Amino acid sequence: MRSSWAILRLRFQLGLQYRAAALAGLATQLFFGFIFIMVFEAFYAFGPKDPGMTLEQVITYSWLKQAFLSLMMLWIRDNELFQLITSGNIAYELCRPCRTYDFWYAKLLGQRLASAALRCLPILIIVLFLPAPYGLTPPADAASLLLFFIALMVGTFMVVAISMLIYISVFVTMNPSGSILLFAVFSEFLAGFIIPVPLMPEWMQRIVYMLPFHYTVDFPLRIFTGHIPKMEAIQGIGMQLIWLSVLVLLGAWLMKRILRKVVVQGG
Amino acid sequence: MIEVNGISKSFLVAKRPSGLWHAVKSVFHREYTTVEAIKDISFTIPAGEIVGYIGPNGAGKSTTIKIMSGILVPDHGTCSIMGYTPWEDRTLYVKNIGVVFGQRTQLWWDVPVMDSYELLRDIYKIPEHSYKATLELLIETLDLSEIIHTPVRQLSLGQRMRCEIGASLLHSPDILFLDEPTIGLDAVSKIAVRQFIQRINKERGITIILTTHDMNDIEALAERILLIGKGTLLYDGNIQGLRGKFGTRRTITAEYQDYDQPLHLPEVSILSTTANRAILSVDTELTNVSDVISQLANQVQLMDVTIQAQPIEDIIVQMYKEYQL
Amino acid sequence: MSLYFRYMIILLKSQLQYRASFIMLTIGQCLTPLTSLAAMYFLFERFGQIKGWTFHEVALCFAVTHIAFSMTEIFARGFDTFPSLVRDGEFDRLLLRPRSTVLQVLGSKFEFTRLGKFAFSVGLLAWAMMQMPTPWTTIKLMTLGFMIAGGVLIYLSIFMMAATLSFWTIQGIEIVNVLTDGGREMTQYPLSIYHQRIRRFFTFVVPFACVNYLPLMVLVDHKEAQSWYALLPLVSVLLLIPSIGIWRYGVRHYRSTGS
Repeated sequence: MRSSWAILRLRFQLGLQYRAAALAGLATQLFFGFIFIMVFEAFYAFGPKDPGMTLEQVITYSWLKQAFLSLMMLWIRDNELFQLITSGNIAYELCRPCRTYDFWYAKLLGQRLASAALRCLPILIIVLFLPAPYGLTPPADAASLLLFFIALMVGTFMVVAISMLIYISVFVTMNPSGSILLFAVFSEFLAGFIIPVPLMPEWMQRIVYMLPFHYTVDFPLRIFTGHIPKMEAIQGIGMQLIWLSVLVLLGAWLMKRILRKVVVQGG
Repeated sequence: MIEVNGISKSFLVAKRPSGLWHAVKSVFHREYTTVEAIKDISFTIPAGEIVGYIGPNGAGKSTTIKIMSGILVPDHGTCSIMGYTPWEDRTLYVKNIGVVFGQRTQLWWDVPVMDSYELLRDIYKIPEHSYKATLELLIETLDLSEIIHTPVRQLSLGQRMRCEIGASLLHSPDILFLDEPTIGLDAVSKIAVRQFIQRINKERGITIILTTHDMNDIEALAERILLIGKGTLLYDGNIQGLRGKFGTRRTITAEYQDYDQPLHLPEVSILSTTANRAILSVDTELTNVSDVISQLANQVQLMDVTIQAQPIEDIIVQMYKEYQL
Repeated sequence: MSLYFRYMIILLKSQLQYRASFIMLTIGQCLTPLTSLAAMYFLFERFGQIKGWTFHEVALCFAVTHIAFSMTEIFARGFDTFPSLVRDGEFDRLLLRPRSTVLQVLGSKFEFTRLGKFAFSVGLLAWAMMQMPTPWTTIKLMTLGFMIAGGVLIYLSIFMMAATLSFWTIQGIEIVNVLTDGGREMTQYPLSIYHQRIRRFFTFVVPFACVNYLPLMVLVDHKEAQSWYALLPLVSVLLLIPSIGIWRYGVRHYRSTGS
């Protein structure tokens, strides 16, 4: 956790130095948010009475997605780690005084938190004051907000655990781009990153709910909008925790096995 | 051939202090400083000469090279190379020059060298017959036949450098700029590169401007040195002149039959002594070498004496010190 | 032009050196539009239409946009990734060669893996074209060609202007993504579904509308379509000319500051 904090601070500082980059990122996120929202608005204009979610909820969902993008996006590439793996310099990493899995996990988490810290507040403040119907609707009560934050945090831990699996897979494929792109694109779709899960057809929803991905995006965001009632949210957080421990244990175990193989091969 | 007259160039550099507070502050306000990269530099180089352009890092070497090769436009001054002003007639002018950056490659990394050469032929619009002739010559003199069909990424640094030099000579330029051509090379490759540079200079009369940190390159190749420091030209002349000006120290190593008394030698600094061997450093401006030897001969039974001039490397260090570079 | 093809061949050879990676990336590249399309399809299944446009009409629009964008990425990637060319000092090397900088930057990079995306979009276009109730006249086919070519020119112009900007600063250059990625995202749907102000901006400032919904109206026999809308994609040339001018100015600036 300490290294996570150190990386968070370093990245935050770097982020502040690149002021224009931060501003540009902000503008880009807002612009994309508007596009998504206007597309939904147009669909809702002459749509059926109850499409599964209200427009208000979809708009809030879209803004939160834009604000917390760096916590939810699966595909944030850390070239340093890739190079470490493919160049065989992994040996240095093994000399560090802590488990490689923990160290990398902390690093990836720190990066995500830092860029979220830089970007989410300005976006949230702006969209909170946007005129209707484009603004963000605050949650119904403090309890939903609290549940949202818990679900968001656990979801972020899950995202990092999943992305760790991606990095581990690079040990096998030694090809950092293709297969991962494939995986990331699908899992982001299944997470509700492109459209909220309730707007998908029934058969698709059944598949989505069997997989862990929707717990990283769709689940926390719908708690915020009140689309998921509180009791269901608490149960869901329980499921999140189960998935999280499965993903972390799997990752740590795979990493240990693969590193042992690397050491035997002489890296 | 090359006439550089009073060129100056300065850059604006953003100040970026460290610390979280400064990082926050710089979001709103940023300060700039002007850095004068080169100040009023003038020299002329006749055709067919090899000139060593030396100076410590950040002295303004690459700025000068960039101006002379037409990449950069200077703030002041004129420059006429083969009748062209490099930065004004860029596309016409650059056909006449070749540039090798030792730290970078101009070859396409993943394909055989030959493919890169053929692309360069099209870029420079080299007529087929002269391309063939030049290529044959280069393959022969640079000994490329073995490696020309190998992808660049599989070549050793020395092999790659030979190919790089070949690439910048395909269009038969009259001037060749070499920026640290021997950096990172092993001893054998260095010598091979030096020999080749000498050869193309002699046989084809190519004017060569060479920047390097390796004084052996300079000693082996350059008849003339331009020394630049803090943006100004400090020395323009040959190596002998440099020696005369700065390299006034000689090292004398004397071997003699056992002698246990202390040596009495005024104006000489004794670097080390044993019972039968002494290493002395003599400043020829204070006393001359033959005096020292005769004084020595009066005191001990000399067996062998060797006199060494100061290595050029030391002279340069001394010069940098003198000019506080 | 022949030199441009030489550049293309040498870079294709280079990319094929890493065959496995190349194939995976090419496949991976068609998935991005695939999931966007799937999302679009699901929304149509639920809502039926979007402001009067049907799914196959929007699919046509979607395909045209992705064909144009992927072609720009294949052929003009050099301008898109230009900041790295400057940072690595490779741009200096281009200045040492007796050819135009525009040609050399274009030739510095081709993203052949986008062929996957391109092929996918072409397939979708063919499907959407077959769904049309009215026959495809020569005029319509020409309009379609114009739309794609015009789209390429607009994206190329934006890439060039962004590249030019990077002579001054690479900070905040990401804002250009609003116009490139954002433009692509937006023009997946006919621009008429958006807010009026957005529509105006993307008609009169960055003329996406001229290669998007205005000529699209001709293709789908929209009742408000004017026949001269078919020629509107040519407007994109008006954007290319100033961006070449701005590029030249940027190169001059670079050569006087070296930054």
